[in-house]
Amino acid sequence: MSGVLGSSIRRREDPALITGSGKYTDDFTLPNMAVAGIVRSPYAHAKVVGIDTRAAAALPGVVAVYTAKDVEASGIPGTIPTAWLLPDIKTPEHPILAKEFVRFSGAAVAVVVAEDRYIAADAMELVEVDYEPLPAVTDPREATQEGAVQIFEEAPNNISFDWELGDEAKAAEAFDHAPRKVELRLRNNRLIPHAIEPRAALADFDESSGKLTLRLTSQNPHVHRLLMSLASVGLPEHKMRIIAPEVGGGFGSKIHHYADEAIVSFCSMQLHRPVKWTATRSETNLTDAHGRDHVSIAELAMDDEGKILGLRATTWAAMGAYISTFAPAVPTYLYGTLLSGQYDIPAIHIHVYGTFTTTAPVDAYRGAGRPEATFLVERLVDLGARECGLDPAEFRRRNFVAPDNFPYQTQVALAYDSGNYEPALDLALDKIGYADLRRQQAERRNGGGKLLGIGLASYIEACGLAPSAVVGSLGAQAGLWESSTVRVHPTGSVTVFTGSSTQGQGHETTFAQIVAEKLGIDMDQVEVVHGDTDQVQFGMGTYGSRSAAVGGSALAEGLDKVIEKGRKIAAHLLEAAEEDVVFEDNNFSVRGVPDSQTGWGDVVLQAYLAHNLPEGIEPGLEFTTFYDPSNFVYPFGTHICVVEIDPETGKVEIARYLAVDDCGNVINPMIVDGQIHGGVVQGIGQALWEECVYDEHGQLLTGTLLDYAIPRAHNLPHLELDRTVTPCPHNPLGVKGIGEAGSIASPAAVTNAVVDALSHLGVRHLDMPLTPEKVWRAIQDSSQEGRS
Amino acid sequence: MRHQIRVEVNGKSHEREVEARQLLVHFLRDELRLTGTNVGCETSLCGACTVWMDGKAVKSCTQLAVQADGCSVTTIEGMKQGDTFHPVQEAFWECHGLQCGYCTPGMIMAAGALLKENPSPSEAEIRQSLKGNLCRCTGYQNIVKAIAHAAQGGAQ
Ligand code: FES
Ligand code: FES
Repeated sequence: MSGVLGSSIRRREDPALITGSGKYTDDFTLPNMAVAGIVRSPYAHAKVVGIDTRAAAALPGVVAVYTAKDVEASGIPGTIPTAWLLPDIKTPEHPILAKEFVRFSGAAVAVVVAEDRYIAADAMELVEVDYEPLPAVTDPREATQEGAVQIFEEAPNNISFDWELGDEAKAAEAFDHAPRKVELRLRNNRLIPHAIEPRAALADFDESSGKLTLRLTSQNPHVHRLLMSLASVGLPEHKMRIIAPEVGGGFGSKIHHYADEAIVSFCSMQLHRPVKWTATRSETNLTDAHGRDHVSIAELAMDDEGKILGLRATTWAAMGAYISTFAPAVPTYLYGTLLSGQYDIPAIHIHVYGTFTTTAPVDAYRGAGRPEATFLVERLVDLGARECGLDPAEFRRRNFVAPDNFPYQTQVALAYDSGNYEPALDLALDKIGYADLRRQQAERRNGGGKLLGIGLASYIEACGLAPSAVVGSLGAQAGLWESSTVRVHPTGSVTVFTGSSTQGQGHETTFAQIVAEKLGIDMDQVEVVHGDTDQVQFGMGTYGSRSAAVGGSALAEGLDKVIEKGRKIAAHLLEAAEEDVVFEDNNFSVRGVPDSQTGWGDVVLQAYLAHNLPEGIEPGLEFTTFYDPSNFVYPFGTHICVVEIDPETGKVEIARYLAVDDCGNVINPMIVDGQIHGGVVQGIGQALWEECVYDEHGQLLTGTLLDYAIPRAHNLPHLELDRTVTPCPHNPLGVKGIGEAGSIASPAAVTNAVVDALSHLGVRHLDMPLTPEKVWRAIQDSSQEGRS
Repeated sequence: MRHQIRVEVNGKSHEREVEARQLLVHFLRDELRLTGTNVGCETSLCGACTVWMDGKAVKSCTQLAVQADGCSVTTIEGMKQGDTFHPVQEAFWECHGLQCGYCTPGMIMAAGALLKENPSPSEAEIRQSLKGNLCRCTGYQNIVKAIAHAAQGGAQ
């Protein structure tokens, strides 16, 4: 079926999901299953003096209670590893159950296994833990300063790593001579991911085979299996099967290896019974790896015409109490490398301290490092425009990497393969009616009433993670290729196995579209299998907007191999030269001889019958492909946000939000638009409402949905979307990534709009979230300054 | 303390002995194995657990099973009539009103209840009605579109 690629085909995933028959991890109940409850530290930092489990163990219906001692006695490795290392990084031991110390509120100290969840909850109350509280530190910069409590002996000043990129001397030189400079101090607010499905794990250890089956809320079951095999559970990989059933959203939070899945696996291995654990919402808030949490000082240098001469920044990035799975990559290679944005910047230097704090670990959350980079760059650019007396759109235009300048080597390691930034900006300005909005803004400023602000964000994203050799040289402890197996059945239908699993992105549909398009068969003839380590060869999973660009490419290459072999067989059957055989519309034919053709079905069947195969061709029609991209992919775009602010209350209302994105070729526009909607709204959430707050004792103040405000339908605008198409030059489908773009652009666009609305009052910057109180105070302060 | 209750769920009557503290959502999921109703927060804030009790949308995480005694409950599993999707289900599919699908059963039940009361809501009314239902994937845009679509199709 050609023409499938690029069509908004309804998702094949949906019938199960709209009827309630789709199965998420917690929906499984196995025979003789017990339920685990994890006892967590109420303190951010404390010495564990003793644990008394006797009362809990004596409660009827309780099967077992375990602590770190039991884990140690069992001989399993029992630690949580880090999968991305940097030079001289400190990664102190992270035990699955706390030993001598707890280092964040929510750290697991004991596990209760009971016959049902209610008994488990009762028993958890009966576990007596004796703590000696210690001081906490929650701010990533304060943690490095004198007097801060030392969280680990081996990490002086609580510094896990000290990382730099770019040329410091060159940047200093640029700044020394620049006629115009701006400085920005900012905090990128800590976020809690909030997938609506809480994390869950169901472990089933089979004594006779020695094999563990684990159903897990995972974005990357093979990666989980690898890490668990190596560091936490210690079973060999072939004795572990991890299944990610339906997964109710991830946004990064289900990439990482957490203690919880290792704890239930341990329980099942001890008890030889299935054991299930499901987080409550407060547990997810306490323990899901959080996002962002940067403190930065940044500067931009310009000449008098508004040409950027240099950018430099220092960032203190919270790592939390332990170094989570991919945490070190986030504020370094996914952040520092993006600091050139869409701009031609001749000198850049970035210095990052990854610091320990007595809080939940911080790791990848939708966008991971790239929203932080974009926020910093796009805020600086707006300030720079103001400094130079230029309109922010014009300032951007003057500094864009020119279209004939690609591939463009930035000063921070990346080489952008392609891009064309002005058309996206122009389209956005045109659609939003920019000039007219600026006129309205001026009128409102004179006339009183609600303030109008217009904010731009021209973002770039490096995604499609990633060329393995490159990431290997940067510290990744794994390759970031992706695999596919294309299995053509004797009757011509196809099952594909992909290492890229889904948490709602619609892989089953889009991957089937790729197969249908390439082979010219009906989508109904295609099955897509993912998310099961026993079925799928291997896979690196879904994150970093990589599924279409890397997983899709692996699939496309696998399909090419199928067609190639099909052509060989067809040439033999048609007694033609192989190079004369073409495959089109599901048919093999000989070029220039219209009558000489054979159908897909005949060729496929012959591959399996093997009665008449060409010399040297094996029977069967199945290929496994490991696709390793040669570069990242670089989606980009310009988003524009228009806000109205009530000066009496400080309330920000988003009047319009327009996103122009370029993700290259589009497989399914409906799905791509959906990804943009979701991403933009998550970023609006960060900009306006969301903030994970700890008090000075390290207590989480935003532990429930009452205290942590995620976006709701009634406070959002209808989003306007458009796109430009600049295909990726180096992958077979010409696709880039789109899963994270929205959340990368929107925090900057919204914040720029709010600051723009207040700029005539002298407001230069406000940290997110831009709550009414914060905005109102900024207005009050400025009017007082004005009076004084 | 255990109590005898009788609840009609999706047209079928169930008699069970339950603990006084058992939540309705756990009764549906654990006792009746109707796992379509999801739990996102167990604190009445996300709406993933929305079902109909005597025709009204309620959050089954903040109802006790004993409170449903003598009531008629409809869950997502009861929305499809034979081979025909409920118009709201159909519209969610048609308009890409779901991604991961976790909030979806609750959304569909909430939307179905809205359309019973207000068969042709405005966009603002739809958005207001979804105040108690959280979705982290879709940004709500296509959920709103789906509900408007179902309304135009004359959903009951
Ligand atoms: S689970 Fe009931 S409202 Fe969230
Ligand atoms: S579709 Fe995932 S939470 Fe709504």
